[in-house]
Amino acid sequence: MVLMSAFSPGSPAPGESAAPRQPDLSELLRASARGDERAFAALYDATSRRLYGLVLRVVRDPAQAEEVAQEAFLEIWRTSARFDPDRGSAMSWMMTIAHRKAVDRVRSAEAASRRDDTWEATTQDRAYDITAEEVERSLDAQRVRQALASLTETQRGAVQLAYFGGYTHNEVAALLGIPLGTAKTRIRDGLIRLRDTLGMQS
Amino acid sequence: MNADIHGLSGAYAVDALDDVERAEFERHLGQCPECQDEVASLRAAAVELTHASVATPPAALRESVLQQIATVRPLPPLTGRPGQASPAEPQPPAGGPLAPPTVTSLESRRRRIAPVTWLVAAAAAAALVIGGIAWSPWNNQGSTQQPPLSITEQVIRAKDAQRYEKDIDGARATIVRSKSLGRAVIIADNMPAAPAGKDYQIWFQDPKGAMHSAGVMPHEAKPTLSMLLNGDASRYNGVGITVEPLGGSQEPTSAPIALIAFS
Repeated sequence: MVLMSAFSPGSPAPGESAAPRQPDLSELLRASARGDERAFAALYDATSRRLYGLVLRVVRDPAQAEEVAQEAFLEIWRTSARFDPDRGSAMSWMMTIAHRKAVDRVRSAEAASRRDDTWEATTQDRAYDITAEEVERSLDAQRVRQALASLTETQRGAVQLAYFGGYTHNEVAALLGIPLGTAKTRIRDGLIRLRDTLGMQS
Repeated sequence: MNADIHGLSGAYAVDALDDVERAEFERHLGQCPECQDEVASLRAAAVELTHASVATPPAALRESVLQQIATVRPLPPLTGRPGQASPAEPQPPAGGPLAPPTVTSLESRRRRIAPVTWLVAAAAAAALVIGGIAWSPWNNQGSTQQPPLSITEQVIRAKDAQRYEKDIDGARATIVRSKSLGRAVIIADNMPAAPAGKDYQIWFQDPKGAMHSAGVMPHEAKPTLSMLLNGDASRYNGVGITVEPLGGSQEPTSAPIALIAFS
């Protein structure tokens, strides 16, 4: 029935590469919107490592990351009916919610102490990369690394400080020592280069 | 079209705008299909970066998420037809609507005010009073959606929550542990600030007596501080508190100022 269709790949949109072993996240979200807890559990299983990984990278503290990831999943459950597949993938939608929550957390006054170790932050990023999980070596991760390597150093720094550091573009400018107001251009140029290198459609 | 505001699409896509800029850009976004497409594509590109930072969440997260969704009703679709929002519709912004802002602001307000209320919550457990807002258990589906319980609150309200208290020179440390959730929370009342250049660090003690860091207390000037402890609390016998160099240590470098046994 409904449940079965949620677990089958569904009908892929034209041009979308069919990934047979991956559940169709859009279908799972749609089923979740109808209150289907099993579908949501499958959605959790299919996405939690990437979602938690992103939150942990931004928030850094594992206990806080757990709380933020939990808030994000509940938000996803609550607002699942508002996901619109015409405006992007389910993964992108979910990660956007998680990222926003993570950024809100690090910008809140409680996290004030974290704001002080700005440069340490970028160093820690590297350390984190090295100890990250095996999946790092996955094909997707390699592809991403290659795409990142195609950016200029400033673009790469700006994108990473904004996305993984949770900094505003003005903070990014200060961190990189570039004129105020220019970081937003670097971020945009970097993301456009990434998108085009990764061969992604809007 | 305003070229300047258009140029904010990248920063918006990665949440790198401040609140004012974000509000301005979202107003623009409602009328600019080009920006909607661009934001969606740039967000998708940013999300690809996360292939390189995958991490396995603690098993407890899955349980608490699934337990909680059972008690929360999903919101209805905006248009009454699931997934069929018209592309021409100005609201919400492209690339995926975010949560209603009230949730975030309530949540952050709760986070700022909450620590003082943990003890009240633990003692009363029926209703949590937060900054004047009576917070009833979230089964009620009134028009105002209540934010879900944080893990800290879940621990404190857990049926099997156990409390262990220790007085330290006029201050009091309370550990609340839920074995079923595998988590514990420390609540510190009237703790003096740590000496300059030092932090209070919390440790779990395992059955063999070894200490495992459970986190460093935040330094905020509040009469009551609480912190969710890192680690599976069900596996340990007690908690120790030491004074450590700023940022904490790998293992305790001084004698504990307090030891609290789970017994």
